Amino acid sequence: MRPGLAHGILVLTLDHFFLVAVSALAAIAIGIPVGIWSARHPQGRRWTLGFASVMQTVPSLALFGFLIPVPWIGGIGKRTAIVALILYALLPVLRNTVAGILGVDAAVRESAVAMGMTPGQILWQVELPLAARTIMAGIRVAVVITVGSATIAAAIGGGGLGEFIFRGIASVDTTQILAGAIPAALMALLADGGLGWIEKRLARS
Amino acid sequence: MNEPGPVVSFRDVSFARGGSAILDRLNLEVMAGETLVLLGRSGSGKTTALKMVNGLIFPDSGAVNVDGKPTTEWDPILLRRRIGYVIQETGLFPHFTVARNVGLGPTLEKWPQARIEARTRELLQTVGLDPAEVSGRFPRELSGGQRQRVGVARALARGSSLLLFDEPFGALDPITRHELQQEFLRLRGVFGSTSLFVTHDVREAMKLGTKIALLRNGRVDVLATPSGFLTAKSDEARAFAQCLRDEER
Repeated sequence: MRPGLAHGILVLTLDHFFLVAVSALAAIAIGIPVGIWSARHPQGRRWTLGFASVMQTVPSLALFGFLIPVPWIGGIGKRTAIVALILYALLPVLRNTVAGILGVDAAVRESAVAMGMTPGQILWQVELPLAARTIMAGIRVAVVITVGSATIAAAIGGGGLGEFIFRGIASVDTTQILAGAIPAALMALLADGGLGWIEKRLARS
Repeated sequence: MNEPGPVVSFRDVSFARGGSAILDRLNLEVMAGETLVLLGRSGSGKTTALKMVNGLIFPDSGAVNVDGKPTTEWDPILLRRRIGYVIQETGLFPHFTVARNVGLGPTLEKWPQARIEARTRELLQTVGLDPAEVSGRFPRELSGGQRQRVGVARALARGSSLLLFDEPFGALDPITRHELQQEFLRLRGVFGSTSLFVTHDVREAMKLGTKIALLRNGRVDVLATPSGFLTAKSDEARAFAQCLRDEER
């Protein structure tokens, strides 16, 4: 191995992990409350799900490109990359939160209301626990998408393992390409496996 | 001394959805200790009427009074906590154990934990279940009849004096249904609660009701005791009575 490569891989893997963690956590923090609101407001739901769908339909590199000229959040660097990754990860969290809550058996919801539970008690004790597995499936998809999309963040100076990949492609250097691609692929597989395990545990409980 | 007023009364209650009337100036009273059966065909408005008692639905016009106060003036949470409710699919929470399902009402009322546990054990025994055997199970691990028994125990848990039943035994096999009907009669003797019971099964209505209100097109067509119902001069009542005779042949 070239001198310094291992250290470079470690630094960029941590950088990549940071990008993914911040973006995915923000997408969850936005997606779940907006999903809960959307489940209760059919009119609003058309707009929130529509917006998230459009964001995810735009090719990721194009989305990074669109954000660069936007004041406050745009420019070259990590901030723009994180905003783009959040927008990109929003749809699976939002859509699965809505689906999970709307999927709660009508008889169960009706009996919760009839028992005299408050809207807050129904949300925390009935709807969210019963929707947890579906929401977790959305989070898993969002995280895996983010690990992949974050490799493109390097194109706008966002850092991460994409730096190795882009550099490797530019200099036709397979070692550099693999130094970025292998850890990124492993991170995606680990995230998928780990979150899938949590999802199954939720299904059993 | 004044006569106690009705526990539940419907006064000129109308309700429409999608342009069609579901209840049309319904008038009805339920006195303390009665089991009033709301009998009728599908779409006659009986479930809608029942759901108005615990404020799941409110009238478009007229008033439903519980303990003399219109449901629109009750705090809906407090109103619902006073009333036990059992539905066909039981509505048990699939992620709660049997004990947690039964103890939910008292938990919402913030009873001390020891009292909740004692009450849960007592009620499971009352509805014919072994607490040691079923307490820790989830609803999916029970038979349909056991689930329905748990549903009844949950409705009784807070000691409500008013109970609502929406075709609770409709999805059960005939033997289990018969057993639970007998159980219902026994529990009525024990608790002396006032009940409204929705069914489209005339045999069940005759067996369980102290009074039968036959609903037709959102109005009371006949209000009678079970024996009076069989001789009521109404085409709809005669049609139901005929069903009963045909079944007995």
